[in-house]
Amino acid sequence: MTMIFGIPVQAFLGQLLVGLINGSFYAMLSLGLAVIFGLLRVINFAHGAQYMLGAFVGYLLLTHLGIGYWPALILAPLIVGVFGIVIERLALSRLYELDPLYGLLFTFGLALVLEGIFRYYYGVSGNPYAVPPLLAGGTNLGFMLLPNYRGWVVVASLIVCFGTWALIEKTRLGSYLRAATENPRLVQAFGVNVPLLLTLTYGLGSALAGLAGILAAPIYQVSPLMGSDLIIVVFAVVVVGGMGSILGAIVTGYMLGLAEGLTKVFYPEASNLVVFVIMAIVLLVRPAGLFGRDA
Amino acid sequence: MTSAAPLLTVGGLNAWYGEGHALHGVDLEVFSGETVTLLGRNGVGKTTTLRAIMGLIRKRTGRIAFDGKDLMRLPLHRTAHQGIGFVPEERGIFATLTVDENLLLPPVVAEGGMSVEEIFDLFPNLKERRNSPGTRLSGGEQQMLAIARMLRTGVKMLLLDEPTEGLAPVIVQRIGALLATLKKRGMTILLVEQNFRFASRVADRFYLMEHGKVVAGFPVGELPDRMTQLHEVLGV
Repeated sequence: MTMIFGIPVQAFLGQLLVGLINGSFYAMLSLGLAVIFGLLRVINFAHGAQYMLGAFVGYLLLTHLGIGYWPALILAPLIVGVFGIVIERLALSRLYELDPLYGLLFTFGLALVLEGIFRYYYGVSGNPYAVPPLLAGGTNLGFMLLPNYRGWVVVASLIVCFGTWALIEKTRLGSYLRAATENPRLVQAFGVNVPLLLTLTYGLGSALAGLAGILAAPIYQVSPLMGSDLIIVVFAVVVVGGMGSILGAIVTGYMLGLAEGLTKVFYPEASNLVVFVIMAIVLLVRPAGLFGRDA
Repeated sequence: MTSAAPLLTVGGLNAWYGEGHALHGVDLEVFSGETVTLLGRNGVGKTTTLRAIMGLIRKRTGRIAFDGKDLMRLPLHRTAHQGIGFVPEERGIFATLTVDENLLLPPVVAEGGMSVEEIFDLFPNLKERRNSPGTRLSGGEQQMLAIARMLRTGVKMLLLDEPTEGLAPVIVQRIGALLATLKKRGMTILLVEQNFRFASRVADRFYLMEHGKVVAGFPVGELPDRMTQLHEVLGV
């Protein structure tokens, strides 16, 4: 049997793959958080709940309406995005003039309410969501068996991350977004409808969380607590990457997922801790984050 | 040049920064095609006047009409669409945007603006550096960019806040030439300027401000007779 550092290569690559899958979700979620924080200056504590909501929308579409995975892949982010837009219009937009803590407390409360509602109706045990038939089974890569669905998640998250990055860095809309992140009042004085831009941005961030949720449904179970399990790590990712940095969120998401996977190979007891150890080191050495601009 | 109705009319304008009462009834008029300069010492409310006209200061009372339209009721992002372009004192060049992106940022609000090619003919330096981040430009180039990006939008009037501040004399001359070119093209300009010599070369009329009010208004021809008053008020 081939060994790497005294570890069977299968086990090594297997954990690396698990790390890559987790990293895909970290990247997609921290990306949404970074987009929202960058423009709205709101730390969206409801992000985990919106991810959970995406998974539940997929689950409910399937169980109640018989709508399968592929349509749900479009519908879940759309529904969660519209939900985000309504939340922004009704509540968040009224808090911008106040201390940023209000936005944080509001989204935190919203997350608790959403989780509470779903826990009331669906309990805390997870509900299974089947892998779509097209992606069932696995592919033998020679050195390991890659479940097709997991391969798809990695590809899908790369597409989503790259697409969002390109939208922000390479398009006219993205230049409005970047400019408004720097100086919203001036951009509005130029004639750009910045309040609308804020609403759409929160919708986009929420939709990204919803998309991550429906992608996650067949891997993790659909559970009311799936978001809060993940969100703490995702916040650590955002801190390591640098608040508001789009590229930082993506790269750090994958990196920390892989770091977790690697730790599982060599010292499994520390795998849940390693992200936070890295966070502490980064905060000591580079408080603005790996990709953050110093204020 | 004095057509029937002024393009911009400001009447009894009061404005507040938080609790601070900054403008105490500003009255001024700018006619189409004119270059008008607001003079006054630091802190008398010149910048505040521009920001209040633009709608950047929301706590304001009085009357602001542009091209027959009431600006007081408009949300901030509608003001530019009436045909007013704003060039702030700090220039407002975006660091995360390239020169090109900075130039294309303000939406076109009316026909008749310059094309990007025309703008690059006027500002060859910007063309050479179109892919650099906006804030890598020199101070003078940033000022050119701040003005240039408004020329694309088709606005009828520019509010310019201290365009020569901190710039070398040779650059100040170029900005003076630029304002003359814009004037020939029919642009209306309301200018705030500390550089009195520069202002006296480009302006048709002046308003003198003290303590949040306009205390005098006169055409450039009266400048020699007014020098004693200006000495007193401005210390020039």
